[in-house]
Amino acid sequence: MTAWYQTFAWLADPANWAGPGGIPARLGEHVVYSLVTLIVAVAIAVPIGVIIGHTGKGRAVAVQLSGALRALPTLGVVLLLALWLGTGLGPPLVALVVLALPPLLAGAYAGVSAVDRQTIDAARGIGMTETQVLFKVELPLAMPIIIGGIRSGALQVIATWTVAAYLPVGGLGRFIYDGYAVQNYAEMLGASVLVIVLALVADGVFALIQRLVVPRGVVVGRASDVRVRSSKRLATTSQSTTAG
Amino acid sequence: MSWLIDNFGQVWSLTVDHVVYSAIPIILGFVIAVPIGWLTNRYRLSRATVLTIVGLLYTVPSLPLIIVLPTLLGTRILDPVNIVVALTIYAVAIMVRTASDAFASVDVDVLLSATAVGFSTWRRFWGVELPLAGPVLLSGVRVVSVSTISLLTVGAVMGIPNLGYLFLDGLQRNFPLEIVVGIVGTILIAVIFDAVLALLGRLLLPWTRGRKQRRRATVTDPELEVVGAS
Repeated sequence: MTAWYQTFAWLADPANWAGPGGIPARLGEHVVYSLVTLIVAVAIAVPIGVIIGHTGKGRAVAVQLSGALRALPTLGVVLLLALWLGTGLGPPLVALVVLALPPLLAGAYAGVSAVDRQTIDAARGIGMTETQVLFKVELPLAMPIIIGGIRSGALQVIATWTVAAYLPVGGLGRFIYDGYAVQNYAEMLGASVLVIVLALVADGVFALIQRLVVPRGVVVGRASDVRVRSSKRLATTSQSTTAG
Repeated sequence: MSWLIDNFGQVWSLTVDHVVYSAIPIILGFVIAVPIGWLTNRYRLSRATVLTIVGLLYTVPSLPLIIVLPTLLGTRILDPVNIVVALTIYAVAIMVRTASDAFASVDVDVLLSATAVGFSTWRRFWGVELPLAGPVLLSGVRVVSVSTISLLTVGAVMGIPNLGYLFLDGLQRNFPLEIVVGIVGTILIAVIFDAVLALLGRLLLPWTRGRKQRRRATVTDPELEVVGAS
């Protein structure tokens, strides 16, 4: 229990809230690093994933590649790139972007390929072009699962930037390693609490976005499903909503 | 390469530690998650609640979790128990969802038939539900296995012996080969674990042979569920 009192004391100490090494500065760094990583990764992975989902080509390669990337130990990749490419933010950024690709790719292709074939055929049937099918039918319907992939990626990025602070970079992980070096457990624990809160907040924000991007027509359809109260229907709808 | 030959003893002992510290959470995660997954299906109300709690557990980043656990468990920060508990938490977090989906995938008519010919709930679970849920459970364990083996390396920064130590030592000595050995070793362990699990699946679930195409399709599903701790 004393560890927690000391932690709250550390968190409440105004000295820890000021300057370039203070809590707001480190938190800001962590958020900015994570956002930049995520934006770059999304820009690479989502278009590729959507194309795979739309054409159905390259799916096996994407699955294999995501699986292989998942086996890579993040810490090792981050440190290896730092040795090869030198110090600064660049090397860990490259490593983290690569490691964030699998969930984003998986979300994008799973989301698009999960769209009902009949819906797509109907869209073609009423004369939509391929581009219209993609942007007006497939993408809106896939959006909750695509955002789900980004949500997973965001959590991973926040977690990995914490570990990556082993290098001389900023972010909340800085407190953990600096605290470890001088055996200041309160500082490590305080920073850990901050990272956990940041991860939970980010998860909550993405959960909210995931809800907001569900197309209106689909929401209406779901509401009527609930009213039917057939157990099989309920099972299928709950599965589709938890898929991300 | 001569570095590897000279230091083979150390690399081997780290490898053994790595295998032990990742095998325990994989097994514990399976043993804990399967009953929870079964219960979430049996009592549908609890499903959303349980899956939400489990999902929140997985959002907690690994390094902070290893640091917070000693105050909750009363252990010391360098105690390997912390990393074993942390990895078990992640294993359970992934596995409960898969287990719940696995039991949900068992055809209700089959279960009713089993009850109708006189199976007790206990016998029905072991004789019908568990074997039929087997292929999906197996795919879940394979995902848990890969992520546990790669996550364990984070424990090295808190002084827990495993191949992750080679990353830190390699960085300190400015020696990329040592880091590469650590990464390759970690991937090799993951590949061997996966092969063992696949073999176990073939022995324990012989009826799934020759349905490779369909099994592939389910394998990708739990991978999607895997969200981001690292």
